[in-house]
Amino acid sequence: MAFEAGKIYAVWLREVKRFTNSKARIVSSMGQPILFLVALGGGFSALIPGFNYMAFLLPGIVAMTVMFTSIFAGVSIIWDREFGFLKEMLAAPTSRETIVMGRILGGATTALLQGVLMFVLGMLFTGVAVPPLANILGILVLMTVFSCYLVAAGIAIASVVQEVETFQLLMNFLVMPLFFLSSALFPLEQMPAWLRDISSLNPVSYAIDGMRTLVIGTSHFGLLYDFGVSFGILAIAFAAATYFFNKTSI
Amino acid sequence: MITTSRLTKKFGKLAAVDSLSLDIPEGEVFGLLGPNGAGKTTTINLLITLLKPTSGSATVNGIDVVKHPAEVRKNIGVVFQEPSVDDLLSGKENLEMHAMLYSMPGELRRRRVEEVLELVELTDRKDDWVKTYSGGMRRRLELARGLMHHPKVLFLDEPTLGLDPQTRQHIWKYIARLAKEENMTVVLTTHYMEEADLLCSRIGIMDHGKIVALGTPKRLKHEVGGDVVVLKQEGFDRSCLKGLKFVKKVKVDGDEVFLTVEHAHENLQRLLSAVGRVRSVEVREASLNEVFLKYTGRKYREEEEGAEGGWAERTMNAEAQRD
Ligand SMILES: Nc1ncnc2c1ncn2[C@@H]1O[C@H](COP(=O)(O)OP(=O)(O)OP(=O)(O)O)[C@@H](O)[C@H]1O
Ligand SMILES: [Mg+2]
Repeated sequence: MAFEAGKIYAVWLREVKRFTNSKARIVSSMGQPILFLVALGGGFSALIPGFNYMAFLLPGIVAMTVMFTSIFAGVSIIWDREFGFLKEMLAAPTSRETIVMGRILGGATTALLQGVLMFVLGMLFTGVAVPPLANILGILVLMTVFSCYLVAAGIAIASVVQEVETFQLLMNFLVMPLFFLSSALFPLEQMPAWLRDISSLNPVSYAIDGMRTLVIGTSHFGLLYDFGVSFGILAIAFAAATYFFNKTSI
Repeated sequence: MITTSRLTKKFGKLAAVDSLSLDIPEGEVFGLLGPNGAGKTTTINLLITLLKPTSGSATVNGIDVVKHPAEVRKNIGVVFQEPSVDDLLSGKENLEMHAMLYSMPGELRRRRVEEVLELVELTDRKDDWVKTYSGGMRRRLELARGLMHHPKVLFLDEPTLGLDPQTRQHIWKYIARLAKEENMTVVLTTHYMEEADLLCSRIGIMDHGKIVALGTPKRLKHEVGGDVVVLKQEGFDRSCLKGLKFVKKVKVDGDEVFLTVEHAHENLQRLLSAVGRVRSVEVREASLNEVFLKYTGRKYREEEEGAEGGWAERTMNAEAQRD
């Protein structure tokens, strides 16, 4: 593999600039998670007295923000193909690995910015105490890994399915299940067994579980599993992204 | 500098590039002409490694495009026919990104960005989003980007498509200078015959994925056999042309008569005396247009063949020979 630092930076910079250039996208992508947190969190908190559901929900909602932005960033290769910019990248003397790397880092940067923003806003809403520094670092590492593997997965998918029309389909049949069939909304212990089994197979559950452990201290899988699974998925997703992107054409 | 050997690209059953063998020496500005769908863009995509050939091979700067695509990409620059700039970046950001992808050092990068922005007259719009550019301005940005890193081999797919005449002339001058000063090899496709004539040292006319004519613009024009005179006259009678040896070919289309005439300017007087009263007359000097139509104009070609087989043409030829 040939990585070229300056070129990774170029690709990274493009992702970040596209992001900061469109303020509307930032605001709109925060709207949905906030709505979830306030409506869902507020409603359930009233239903279950004695359980701070909002605090429980917060890591799930932060993950949701990161997830949508990351997958979107990866899949946006479909649009680059549609609008022609992909040709510019593919004809440049830049290795495919470099492009993949730059895009992953760029996508993760924008997703992380939103995740952190959401986290801070969420803490204000829910009154969750600021975790200790070590935990904050742990959260950032986990969020980064989580985001990177989602961007990578998005790139792999966009390299294979090439039509813009499939995008909505992907969102409905991949992203939504990944989110809802995870530990994002409900404690795994209290789920019916079948749902718990499905959710335990979903890598997203581990990233959320890890963050939750670091924020409010309740853990299901244990941090070791949470980090292990997340790093493992990152390796697989990165390999898939480079493999499929190498094969993609205009 | 570029060679292709039986290069073929099939899309399903359609051979977009059909067993193409070409040889383009270093420093040449090679023009690839041909009707829509002839396979020009596909040929370029094969040479710039964006498409893999179905069969055959090609080298660019001596490097095999299938075996070492990454090496080939270090030697080339491309201006695509279709849009390929990033809408959500500014013009300048697009250029800077390009410079970084092509490893241009900082100092050179700044200089070239200014230089090409100047060339395409986008300096005062450089910080605006490309989204807000007009169609021609986007095209100019594409050109600026393709020209900024001075590759060994430059591919220009309809570079001046949609540009105003003034900009077009700037660009022609710049391309010609680049090619000469940097000894750059250029492959250019265009539908503007004037552009091809002005810039290209050699031209290949492509149709159905094959080269159907190849040569310098001068030689190709010479081969068409003269200028074309278009007359408008109702009830034109071919026999009036009897004895006029400088008339090489006749084609009638409604009330329009197309004559291929040697040295039309000198012979026009005699021609018109022979033909009699006409509604209008138009002289088209032998140009690449005629060359193009001769080799690829489907309608023109079929009718011409039909006419040659017709009795009127035969008798006239026979009579001309008797004279
Ligand atoms: N991706 C593709 N899939 C299927 N057919 C294709 C594809 N790309 C090109 N073709 C076909 O290949 C043929 C050659 O196309 P190409 O774009 O090379 O033509 P061209 O000479 O560049 O034409 P133009 O002057 O219109 O740009 C056309 O018949 C076109 O429909
Ligand atoms: Mg074309």
